[in-house]
Amino acid sequence: MAPALLWLTALMLVPCGLILALGFFRRGLYGGIEYAFTLENFALIVDPLYAGIFLTSARIAGTATLIAVIVGYAAAYAIAAAPRHRQPTLLFLAVLPFWSNYLIRTYAWIVLLNREGLITQGLRLMGYEGEPPSMLYTEGAVITGLVYNYLPFVVLACYAPLARLNPELAEASRDLGASAFTTFRRVILPMTLPGIAAGAVFVFVLSIGNFITPALLGGGRFQMMGNLIYAQFLTANDWPFGAAISMVLIAIMMGLLTLQAIAAERGAGERREGANG
Amino acid sequence: MTALLSIGGVTKRFGRVTAIDRLSLDIHENEFFALLGASGSGKTTLLRMLAGFETPEAGAILLDGKDISRMPPNRRPVNLMFQSYALFPHMSVEGNIAYGLEMERLAKPEIARRVGEIMEVTELSSMARRKPDQLSGGQKQRVALARALVKRPHLLLLDEPLGALDKKLRAAMQLELKRLQHEVGITFIVVTHDQEEALVMADRVAILRDGRLLQCGTPHEVYEHPANRFAADFIGVMNFIEEDGRTLALRPERIRLFPERADRTTEGRVTARAYHGLDLQLHVETPLSPRPLLVRLTADAADRRPVAEGDTVTLGWNDADTRIFKD
Amino acid sequence: MADRSPATRRSLAVLLAAVFAFLYIPIVTLVALSFNDGGLPTAWTGFSVKWYGTLLANRDILSAALNTLIVAVISTAIAAVLGTLLALGIETRRRRGRALEALVFAPMIIPDIVLAIALLSFFSLLKFPMGLHTIILSHVVFNLAFVSAVVRARLKSFDWSVTEASADLGAPAFTTFRRVTLPLILPAVIAGALLAFTLSVDEFIIAFFTAGAGRASTTLPMQIFAMIRFGVTPEINALATLVMIVSVTALTLSQRLNKGVIAP
Repeated sequence: MAPALLWLTALMLVPCGLILALGFFRRGLYGGIEYAFTLENFALIVDPLYAGIFLTSARIAGTATLIAVIVGYAAAYAIAAAPRHRQPTLLFLAVLPFWSNYLIRTYAWIVLLNREGLITQGLRLMGYEGEPPSMLYTEGAVITGLVYNYLPFVVLACYAPLARLNPELAEASRDLGASAFTTFRRVILPMTLPGIAAGAVFVFVLSIGNFITPALLGGGRFQMMGNLIYAQFLTANDWPFGAAISMVLIAIMMGLLTLQAIAAERGAGERREGANG
Repeated sequence: MTALLSIGGVTKRFGRVTAIDRLSLDIHENEFFALLGASGSGKTTLLRMLAGFETPEAGAILLDGKDISRMPPNRRPVNLMFQSYALFPHMSVEGNIAYGLEMERLAKPEIARRVGEIMEVTELSSMARRKPDQLSGGQKQRVALARALVKRPHLLLLDEPLGALDKKLRAAMQLELKRLQHEVGITFIVVTHDQEEALVMADRVAILRDGRLLQCGTPHEVYEHPANRFAADFIGVMNFIEEDGRTLALRPERIRLFPERADRTTEGRVTARAYHGLDLQLHVETPLSPRPLLVRLTADAADRRPVAEGDTVTLGWNDADTRIFKD
Repeated sequence: MADRSPATRRSLAVLLAAVFAFLYIPIVTLVALSFNDGGLPTAWTGFSVKWYGTLLANRDILSAALNTLIVAVISTAIAAVLGTLLALGIETRRRRGRALEALVFAPMIIPDIVLAIALLSFFSLLKFPMGLHTIILSHVVFNLAFVSAVVRARLKSFDWSVTEASADLGAPAFTTFRRVTLPLILPAVIAGALLAFTLSVDEFIIAFFTAGAGRASTTLPMQIFAMIRFGVTPEINALATLVMIVSVTALTLSQRLNKGVIAP
């Protein structure tokens, strides 16, 4: 146990602590770091130039998360409703892409969305003769790529609470006079929501911190927080600012996870209160 | 008496398995009815058809004269108390009970009044705001019952209602359920595998086996006049004596020790003796059957004439106390 | 839900089919194109494996593949040992602090880019020369977390009384571990290692930041990234197909060994 903890401390805790510190230092004149305390890096984040980028990346990540959660929940619901002996296979097939190479999965969409890509070919076959539609290097392409890459994760996150749900609860609701839709809205959804929310937080954070998908499918036109961090470290050479953005990213993740935990806890809190009354 | 519920020639198959086979049964208004059977007898399938979660392949289920066999569960004036209770864990006791009334779109004050009422009857008022996971097994059972009763169904179905409770609580709840049924005046159908429970609670009992009805009658009828060997064996404890190509069935409590007068007597040797508090049970080896006969003596009778293992005893009984089955 | 109507069931099946189509059409397209003689998505000009040939003749790709193999094998081996010990250590402790749980869980949830720049800053501030070895050191961080998660899941359902029985029968602690505990958790260890191996083979961001300068430590994903930036070439299709085959094989094996690794 000790060697593993040592490894995690030396190569995760300490480096992350370093980033935390780095965010409060000044950028040196020719790149590099000047060891003087400053809050400039954080001031820069709220600068309209960068704030705009953050808002755009939040919008793109938010849209991708919303779509992935809706489609992923529906797929997980369908898997949980399938005959029991088929569920493991269906789930495995749904999740398999998630564990395979991210770059390749993203690249596959370049092949599909290219000006002379497969979708254009398909349109031509159906008799379309105009200019090939520009699909690659658009916000839509970035969102599609993010949804594609994180959908399996959402399916997995949604399936667990759906599969755990006692089917008699839905039957009880029907027995008490509720329609199928009311049963979904009042019993199934509220009971599976906390798990789904946790999954959504991860998709959002992974999307907003992404830099591969915007770089490959957005053609560099769309900067996400991940691209900004990448640039500070590899091109702009402003490590302290890059560290500050990373801290914001981690703060967003922690904040959203805390919110989710509080929301999930509130139910439990009501329960405790009830015990006294 | 006209039937409230009339099940006519109902058949249900799951793949190649016939769960219910051309079953017919009438249940009367205000009756406490028990469906008794071992697991796999089809009793739960029958209950689920009455609730609307399964559709029969053939036959009709008439409630108040109307066929409800194809009606979805949420439209039926029938409610089910689930074996697992199926309480909504994210709703309070009050919320669980109100749910069914909200589905009827009743006015809020009306809902509050009826929920309050039923919580009084089931002694749940003090825990209205608790969540199901803060309740004991007995309390959960009462919430499940209240949630179904508050809708004033024409028919209340209870799937192994006492199955999850411990032995002492079960005994108390058996009487409690009976009292409640009288108080609310609703027809109850209870599914159980526990023959004692069925005898104690029900006005009438139906014994199911392999999807067919073996016998239906009052507890007294099915106990004293079992329709066939299986029913005799299933309900209570029975001694079987094979002779002349027929089977003689005899309850252990009908056998007397050293009787002064009896239609039949036999000699035997006591091989085992077990004290049960209220009674004493003896295993007696006799020439009549390969297995020892079981004899139940009241504590009183046992005190009058103490016996020990290895003793030779005389057993006797009256012909009127035996049932005879051919084949 | 037994009262689900045939119509509902049918629409759920259609929906699922659509989702699977969305998930697999892009991948299948890639694989199909890798066998297209002309190499372009514009027209099918016949079946051919010639792109696999060009791939094998490309020295950059071969050396990147070798690097990836070195990184994945060594980091997986280290992670398998450390991760298993970590899992055993945590699960046999009576009290587990939240801090410990967080520390062990963190490598799985930290965005890659953050861990990548943290490690880059760390190595460069220490003036630690970077190369394949720094990639290996870094990959062990998340690999050991995944191995320990898989092994811990197995240990949750582990009946510890068998180790007591072994001790009772006279086995010293290490013998008990070797003869009883290890054989029982070995499928989980291997499954976790296979998962770690796949993650390591596919990992791009952390490798990209910790590889240091120069081509010598380029891994396969880095090579793929560079190629993709140039645009669609038939060689990438072939390379992607091969990488996919490796991942899918390792993942399927892992799932077979220990149900619930990839999906419960």
